[in-house]
Amino acid sequence: MSSTTNPSTQHTSTIGSIGTPSRRNTELGLLVFAVVIPVFAYANVGLAINDEVPAGLLSYGLGLGLLAGVGHLVVRKFAPYADPLLLPLATLLNGLGLVAIWRLDQSELLQDIGQAGTAAPRQLLYTAMGIALFIVVLIFLKDHRALQRYTYISMVGALFLLLLPLVPGLGQNIYGAKIWISVAGFSIQPGEFAKIVLAVFFAGYLMVKRDALALASRRFMGLYLPRGRDLGPILVVWAMSILILVFETDLGTSLLFFGMFVIMLYVATERTSWIVFGLLMSAVGAVGVASFEPHIQQRVDAWLDPMREYTLSRQGVGGHSEQAMQALWAFGSGGTLGTGWGQGHSELIRFAANSDFILATFGEELGLAGVMALLLLYALIVERGVRTALAARDPFGKLLAIGLSGAFALQVFVVAGGVMGLIPLTGMTMPFLAYGGSSVIANWALIGILLRISDTARRPAPSPAPNPDAEMTQVVRPS
Amino acid sequence: MNKPLRRIAIFCGLLVLTLLIRDNWLQYVRADELATDTNNRRVAIERYATPRGDIIVDGKAITGSKQAASGDFEYVRTYKDGPMWAPVTGYASQAFGTNQLENLEDGILTGNDDRLFFRNTLDMLTGKKKAGGNVVTTLNAAAQKAAYEGLAKRGKGAVVALDPETGAILALASYPSYDPSTIAGYSDDDQKAWNKLQKKANPNDPMLNRALRETYPPGSTFKVVTAAAALEHGLYTDADSPTKTPLPWTMPGTTTELKNEGTIPCKNATLRVALQWSCNTVFGKVGSDLGNDKMLETAKQFGFAEEQFTPVRANASVFSDDMAPSEVALSSIGQFNTAATPLQMAMVASAVANDGTLMKPYMVDKLQASNVDTIEQTEPEELSKPLSSDNAQILQSMMETVVDKGTGTNAKIVGVTVGGKTGTAQHGVDNSEKPYAWFISYAKLDDGSSPVAVAVVVEDEEADRGDISGGGLAAPIAKSVMEAVIESKK
Repeated sequence: MSSTTNPSTQHTSTIGSIGTPSRRNTELGLLVFAVVIPVFAYANVGLAINDEVPAGLLSYGLGLGLLAGVGHLVVRKFAPYADPLLLPLATLLNGLGLVAIWRLDQSELLQDIGQAGTAAPRQLLYTAMGIALFIVVLIFLKDHRALQRYTYISMVGALFLLLLPLVPGLGQNIYGAKIWISVAGFSIQPGEFAKIVLAVFFAGYLMVKRDALALASRRFMGLYLPRGRDLGPILVVWAMSILILVFETDLGTSLLFFGMFVIMLYVATERTSWIVFGLLMSAVGAVGVASFEPHIQQRVDAWLDPMREYTLSRQGVGGHSEQAMQALWAFGSGGTLGTGWGQGHSELIRFAANSDFILATFGEELGLAGVMALLLLYALIVERGVRTALAARDPFGKLLAIGLSGAFALQVFVVAGGVMGLIPLTGMTMPFLAYGGSSVIANWALIGILLRISDTARRPAPSPAPNPDAEMTQVVRPS
Repeated sequence: MNKPLRRIAIFCGLLVLTLLIRDNWLQYVRADELATDTNNRRVAIERYATPRGDIIVDGKAITGSKQAASGDFEYVRTYKDGPMWAPVTGYASQAFGTNQLENLEDGILTGNDDRLFFRNTLDMLTGKKKAGGNVVTTLNAAAQKAAYEGLAKRGKGAVVALDPETGAILALASYPSYDPSTIAGYSDDDQKAWNKLQKKANPNDPMLNRALRETYPPGSTFKVVTAAAALEHGLYTDADSPTKTPLPWTMPGTTTELKNEGTIPCKNATLRVALQWSCNTVFGKVGSDLGNDKMLETAKQFGFAEEQFTPVRANASVFSDDMAPSEVALSSIGQFNTAATPLQMAMVASAVANDGTLMKPYMVDKLQASNVDTIEQTEPEELSKPLSSDNAQILQSMMETVVDKGTGTNAKIVGVTVGGKTGTAQHGVDNSEKPYAWFISYAKLDDGSSPVAVAVVVEDEEADRGDISGGGLAAPIAKSVMEAVIESKK
């Protein structure tokens, strides 16, 4: 049965529908590129810095290849109809991130200030853990609709994760933002996991309430205004975002959660008014908090005039950082084609050079061309996520897929925009590229869930069971 | 639900598009501005990534480059005999920038000069590292050594030696000096060394280039200029006719008598005798007879009142205008406001030695690319002609008398004709401070050529006041510098 003969699926999906080939071999072919490209990049860094092919090339290449291979086999077995692009894209970004982290490990300056040195092997370990979680998701989450059952548990879980950094003795304040917790020597960013859990909660909640939220409204000046009591959920989420902003001084996470909720609310209700409300509320919230929170104010000042911030920092005035300006210089020095792997000086960014600011290393060493390619890779991931949402046959799957991909897109925008000086800097990291266990592991889980939804969406419907009534209701026309 | 989904997809696309536009803005439109921002450390890293070219004296480099022990600047400047050559080279420091030759020829030394662009591009294509070019100076190592060591024995001072026929600078010494190697890096040690060299911490001001940047009252050495003015303006036409000079002589418009040092035969003395014994009365009266304008005109012809670029800048020497006749008289014997750099007084001696033609002083012979191809060659250039050659020869014979049987006998060299003039310049309120000892001279060989003219100033604070006289302190240094030049010419 092809899609042209099935009008009901024609509008919902351009991926094709029932009877689509599984595309697993396409995925395998792409995965080869996704592993080979970072391996060449790795060799390139070694040749540029030490004039020799790095000794770890084989083990690094095998490691990445093995992880990708296992991931692929699990997808082949447990999600055979899943989207063929997501796994290679994530592998490629993860591999390039590893190369950039290893490249910064070679910097004496960063080693001296304890910002790098052994980050790459750790990141490889985190990658392995991430892919392990990815596998766990694919094996144990047979159907994403199972998550629907945990809607309210997810809410509690997300709140718990978000509040963790505020627990005395557990939370850490690093460079002004309280978004880390410390467990057994590892720093964990619970916000990265909360992103997924919240998406599950929002999807489950909105699926149930969408009709009430969408239909019970009054029309005013061309907008459908929701009833007062329907405003409840958005007010709660808004308040939660504000609280994150105030207590954890984390503009990025706050913006991310609220943005994700507004996107999902809009998709669930198809009411543009929610977007208008959302924008208004986030503007009010951000401006309101920024007016009394010095950490946020300083971020905004640094964004408006990074050179002044640099000068103040150089003069030794406390509370100022030269990172923003250093990142801009890194991008500018890279120019159109970049200096080439290992030949830039992005270590001058010093703190968080291999995490929050890793995009600047790509900007300097791979140039405008490289960064545009990276941004397009991210755009492709988001595009595959949105297609998955379009193809999904159930509202919960649609909402979850769009929530996750929307959050992913927002995160890329907020981080890349911050590093490039487009918006104020926030304490988030580029998914897959940046050094950091929480981010890598959580994003692999995110890819796992998207694959599961897309597998469910593209899986051929089971052939209808023979209907025992069919015979009896058959109308025999006289001929 | 699909319509809002498609809208969200468009929204995500716009987010990425915004990022792409921003990236183009940063990495294409603003790339150059950011990449060349002087605060961008990459600019300095790039600058020190290759060994700097060298400054060359007599075919040997007086500078070098070594690999830095640590940090992101790969090469650091080194100097051979740093203190001796510092007035020539200046410094090239990672922390404190560059000055003098290191600054003016920075483009050649780093290899960034536009004239090296084609060569650099070629090197890049053939895979060679960019290399800085060399600056070949006109200096004479033996003369410089003689000058520096002579000064070191005497304390503070400066020496400039010129080749009168070309204007090439042969020696340029200042004492006390400093070693630019000690401030070449950017470590704490460099900072400490730098702090110690500042005038605040060190009253001797070792970083002052006395040869070019300090103006001293020239004292009696200025009488050479006054004598030239007398001859050029026709006040007197030869060296051996008596001048109309009473003794004692009261300065016009005042009741003050101008004093001579000791009892010397100055009454109606000839110019030759007056110069031989350094008569203040004769030259003071010449100056006031000629008047401010004519004196200033001649002084300007010798290079006064104008900065000289060798290419390192030398301060302008001073001869005032709008002075009362008595002040002109004092100025004409190198007192009052008159002040000259050692370079200026060497130019005076060299103009006389070169039969009245003043050549433009210069210290860069040529600029070379790293493969020693010449990029630019300096050609000697005439600056002015303060004296006719007849008058120059009259003045030469007078100056030769000074060395032969006057105040400058300490500068005599066997087998060489030496002309000179001593000076002892008083300064400070009521002349309370130690005077400066001056000596300017030139040497002439048998073939009539004049290979060297030299000016020496010694500010010796330790010396006994009576001992300070140009002939005693400065002439021996001038002599050894001239000998070194003559020796190296053989």
